[in-house]
Amino acid sequence: MNARQALMRLSGRSQSAKPPPRHGALMAGDPVALGPDASHGVMLYLEDVTVSFDGFRALDALTLYVGTGELLCIIGPNGAGKTTMMDVITGKTRPDHGSAWFGQTIDLLGLHEPEIAQAGIGRKFQKPTVFENHTVFENLELALAGDRRVWATLTARLSAAECDRIDEVMHIVGLSAHRDSRAGALSHGQKQWLEIGMLLMQNPRLLLVDEPVAGMTPQEVERTAELLTMLAGEHSVVVVEHDMEFVRSIARRVIVLHQGSVLAEGTMDEVQADPKVVEVYLGE
Amino acid sequence: MTASPTSRSPFAFLVGDRGGAIFLAVLLVVGVVVPVLHLAVPEGSALHLSSYSVTLAGKYMAYALLALAVDLVWGFCGILSLGHAAFFALGGYAMGMYLMRQIGTRGVYGDPVLPDFMVFLNWKALPWFWHGFDMFCFAMLMVLLAPGLLALVFGWFAFRSRVTGVYLSIITQALTYALMLAFFRNDMGFGGNNGFTDFKDLLGFDLHRPGVQVALFVATALALALGYVACRLIVGSRAGRVVTAIRDAESRTRFIGYRVENYKLWVFTFSAVLAGIAGALYVPQVGIINPSEFAPINSIEVVIWVAIGGRGTLYGAIAGAVLVNYLKTTFTTVLPSAWLYFLGALFIVTTLFLPRGFIGILGHRPRRRRAPLAPPAAEPAP
Repeated sequence: MNARQALMRLSGRSQSAKPPPRHGALMAGDPVALGPDASHGVMLYLEDVTVSFDGFRALDALTLYVGTGELLCIIGPNGAGKTTMMDVITGKTRPDHGSAWFGQTIDLLGLHEPEIAQAGIGRKFQKPTVFENHTVFENLELALAGDRRVWATLTARLSAAECDRIDEVMHIVGLSAHRDSRAGALSHGQKQWLEIGMLLMQNPRLLLVDEPVAGMTPQEVERTAELLTMLAGEHSVVVVEHDMEFVRSIARRVIVLHQGSVLAEGTMDEVQADPKVVEVYLGE
Repeated sequence: MTASPTSRSPFAFLVGDRGGAIFLAVLLVVGVVVPVLHLAVPEGSALHLSSYSVTLAGKYMAYALLALAVDLVWGFCGILSLGHAAFFALGGYAMGMYLMRQIGTRGVYGDPVLPDFMVFLNWKALPWFWHGFDMFCFAMLMVLLAPGLLALVFGWFAFRSRVTGVYLSIITQALTYALMLAFFRNDMGFGGNNGFTDFKDLLGFDLHRPGVQVALFVATALALALGYVACRLIVGSRAGRVVTAIRDAESRTRFIGYRVENYKLWVFTFSAVLAGIAGALYVPQVGIINPSEFAPINSIEVVIWVAIGGRGTLYGAIAGAVLVNYLKTTFTTVLPSAWLYFLGALFIVTTLFLPRGFIGILGHRPRRRRAPLAPPAAEPAP
């Protein structure tokens, strides 16, 4: 089975697709428990989002959308608001005003970080953090969606389906050969992939990936590009990256952020030809 | 651990745990040889073990169980508790209260209900918290509950407020120090600075008879073996892997959805109960319990045993406890004043040159857990 097929099987969501239990009241028809309703083709919708820190506008009436299954790249100079935007989506930062919708039914601004994670938004931070003393397999096992309570994990046994699921994700991120290796012994790039794999174990619909290729070798960059391109389609993927070559190799749609709002949007060639973008990047 | 063919065997938890298997084998041999040499070999023979040695061995076993408890929280969960002697002492006090009630009219003052120190203090009636301790079952329940509840309440506040690292170590020191001061007071009702002593019998058996001493030794060895197996099963479960993940990357563990404070609280409480059991087995063998057991230095010494033996291996902690205490017994009879210097030097040498402790010298790598053997992903026909 090649990786693409593995992904397609994964996308069937047939195995262990029950949503993880939420703490707190679960009402009938709770949109968070149901997951995002993206039937109209939009997975994430930010409108007029403004965030100020001590008068500095990190995001200034930012409006953008992410389509279902889309691979969107966001570029922009330092301080353009890329990380703040991810913070707003994952609930780490509350905007001053504006709205953020996950699908058509989930208002992200009303949820806390773990609820947003459980609703199906996975975020990979810049610095890879994996459990160094556990094997690759164990890292993925810990990230497996399921009951997270103490007693449940004390008596937990992996079912055959769960084992398969872990092996599939391991296959997708290209770490099958390192199944029983300690995660601490992996290279920097492999740790980044493992972390993406850990996100996948949680069945996210939207992946936010912050600078995935920083510090990678050219081969690793190429492999990461393949991986992210492959994940798009089943998942919506938003990549924030500085490396222009990398963005060019994966992007279908690129958004350039500048001073907290969208400066330009289009294919890589279009945005690179845009005089406003050239001015921001190269100065006057 | 999952569906590997060996998981049906009752000893499946030992697969890949060579150090643990060796430890349990050694413990079995010691548990048989010590009683035989004491009871079957006639006195005067060179091979005869004195009752002093049997008690000493039992004491080491109790210390080893305490070290095991500390290794579980420190070596696997990264909680450096410098207050575990408090849980040990609480278990010991619960056992001591039972033993005091067993003395009955044989005390110096001959009061059928009140222990000697209460008569001495002119108390007329038994304080409310002494009721029930004439029953062995109740006392044993308290051996588990007293340290367990303290750890539960203390841990609930500490872990919920995300107190970690050196701050947690300091408040555990404060905890044991506060308990020491409290137990030193006569009006606490625990015998003040004299504590409890002069025990007569346990479950009707005279504590000074050789057979009873051997039985206590065997019980302690058994508790140590069971404690080891329980800890090994915990660290081998998925919960154990979560706990180790918390040690290595706490915020990441929280981020993938685990309630870190619940895991810490659970491990801490279980460990405190183990320490309490160790204390309860220790007291009838040494024949005394007093507030100096709560001294902050005691808790620090336990951590040193674990570090010297080898942290995060379980059997390393046990080896460390036995080794250091054996050296302590030897040293304090020959050169009492030099002991603390020697202990300090030992600790420094271990920290600098033996990061994995003395167990590391023996070449025991920490157990490489085998991931479950699942069939390799089959290649579907194109």
